[in-house]
Amino acid sequence: MNVGLFIPCYVNQFYPQVGIATLELLEKFGCKVGFPTKQTCCGQPMANSGYEVMGASCNELFTEIFAGYDYVVCPSGSCTLHIKDHLHSEKNEAAATTIRKTVYELAEFLVDVLKVEKIEASFPYRVGVHQSCHGQRGLHTSQMSELVAAPFSKMDVLLKQVKGIELMKLDRVDECCGFGGTFCIVEESISAKMGKDRVADHERNQVQVITGGDMSCLMHMEGILKRKKSNVVIKHIAEILNSEM
Amino acid sequence: MSSTNAKHPELSAIFNKDEARVDWHDETLWWIRQKRDKAAWSVPEWEELRNTASAIKNNVLSNLHNYLIEFEKNAIANGVTVHWAADAKEHNEIVHAILQQNKVSQIVKSKSMLTEECGLNDYLAKNNVEVIDTDLGERIVQLAGEHPSHIVLPCIHWKKEEIGELFHKHLNTPKGNADPQFLTAAARIHLREKFLTRKVAITGVNFAVAETGEFVVSTNEGNADMGAHLADVHIACMGIEKIIPQRKHLGVFLRLLSRSATGQPITTYSSHFKKPNAHQAMHIILVDNGRTVQLGRESFRNSLKCIRCAACFNTCPVYRRSGGFSYNAVIAGPIGSILSPNLDMKKHADLPFASTLCGSCTNVCPVKIDIHNQLYLWRQEITKQGYSPKMKTAAMKVMAVALSKPALFTIGGKAARWVVKHLPFLVNNRLNPWYKQRDLPTAPKQSFTEWYKQNRHEQ
Repeated sequence: MNVGLFIPCYVNQFYPQVGIATLELLEKFGCKVGFPTKQTCCGQPMANSGYEVMGASCNELFTEIFAGYDYVVCPSGSCTLHIKDHLHSEKNEAAATTIRKTVYELAEFLVDVLKVEKIEASFPYRVGVHQSCHGQRGLHTSQMSELVAAPFSKMDVLLKQVKGIELMKLDRVDECCGFGGTFCIVEESISAKMGKDRVADHERNQVQVITGGDMSCLMHMEGILKRKKSNVVIKHIAEILNSEM
Repeated sequence: MSSTNAKHPELSAIFNKDEARVDWHDETLWWIRQKRDKAAWSVPEWEELRNTASAIKNNVLSNLHNYLIEFEKNAIANGVTVHWAADAKEHNEIVHAILQQNKVSQIVKSKSMLTEECGLNDYLAKNNVEVIDTDLGERIVQLAGEHPSHIVLPCIHWKKEEIGELFHKHLNTPKGNADPQFLTAAARIHLREKFLTRKVAITGVNFAVAETGEFVVSTNEGNADMGAHLADVHIACMGIEKIIPQRKHLGVFLRLLSRSATGQPITTYSSHFKKPNAHQAMHIILVDNGRTVQLGRESFRNSLKCIRCAACFNTCPVYRRSGGFSYNAVIAGPIGSILSPNLDMKKHADLPFASTLCGSCTNVCPVKIDIHNQLYLWRQEITKQGYSPKMKTAAMKVMAVALSKPALFTIGGKAARWVVKHLPFLVNNRLNPWYKQRDLPTAPKQSFTEWYKQNRHEQ
């Protein structure tokens, strides 16, 4: 199958290793992956700031370059959700509609579409999973603690296949880290406090590596960890799933 | 609610100066969220109940006119006097007129967020009427000269030691005594005298049943009953969205309300008021105050389904760490952030942005209001109406251009990485809000696109 790789703008610039891991992982599982090099951003930063109308040109570009793929896959729940909910095109609404239906966050693509049941990877560390809100509550990649409903987690399904990994239990399983896009700047004090509290939960529970499906949450928590000179590090789930045996 | 013009980020930053207190506030409310979870899990059909409650409320909003007329007709038949108030001012004037007719200048009032919304206490104080709030939490904030910071737990921002001090000052309790049971007993003695001597009692309304003309008031302290039964005149103030069609629907809402609010199966008192006792009078004031405007806003109308349980407050990671007063609105928290802009969009333009859009609020809401979606939509509306800061609009325009042109994006990304690597002092300084409490990511030598072009292109 033809997969269009959608790499979020900040991942492209600051975390290329996450893009590489995603690409290699999809190829390992037999996808023919294309990466349209003209891609920029999904337009979420403007939209969440109240300027969705300004995202129109981002939308047109996105639709143009990702039209025609069987699936569009992205290592970010947040950017995926934005495309799913808000991608429209004046020039080619039919293509935009198809993309809205075929865009997948990496973990849900691996579990729901590729139905991956065997991952050749080893990661002998104590890992804490951070549920990004847009992945979890937006795309339903895992059950939400607020609902009276059976638990599930697509990230756990994948991580449990990794050799040597120990998944740690957190006190608050799905509390927001406080990144929130422009929220992290506009509401600096609350954003930082939420990040500190989230990181503390992982530290309290002997986590060595915090992982998740959204580099934005992880970047925010990494900033907090580095400032306090913590030994805890962050790794995108793609990096763990793509780690060597 | 204070009269300050300060916005949520500034007020939150002030609250966050005392980190230990923020932790205490967060943990107290998280504990209530956990109690709520436990109570919800005790009802296997919980999600079905939420769906049912939401459907009933949707029906009410679509037929509000008819249900209100039906309620009025039945209430009048029960011997109740029904008043209609278009706004807060009319509501307050109606209350005042009833007090004047009865030659009363001292009243008791049980919990009512509507009267807070209408600013009734201040209005009556200016007209030389003394109001004693009889809900313990509300009495505490009233003695302190404050307003509730939470719609169900009005004094959740007060520690018991501070309440001990407050009671020592106002109720003459021994200095240093912060025993909750003792302080509650002191408040009970203090309030008992008010209950016995006041001739008019105001209560709020949790649910009004169109079919029967009765209304239900839920309290844990029995203070609404004590006030209403001992007074000659009972005035019940309600927003017009409190209507439910039939008595049988009460079961759905009563099962959801206190489980969502505090994790209790039901409030200690669910008091039904239908007709006045002999020698007593009963008034109901039906208040619009912006509700019909909100009903006309297609994207926001279902915010009127709210039953004021405050589950969204308790689960909100922002509210727990910013405190009720940071919202500068009568109703704080996520639900307040979608209700308040309807009343004054300019003043409350900051509130829809006081959220990470995490969506937890939507999931706990017993009547399934899509709160986080409405926060997103209010952001668009506020920008459209021109209430976003001009600087922000300018910055967004630059961003929108840079992010929609591949060449500019490549140059901009390269420049950003180069700056972080070679001139870190340009970004690692106090002017950058990110850097205040967080480090920046280290800049890699290549972007993913650059790596891809080098390693995979033309494959």
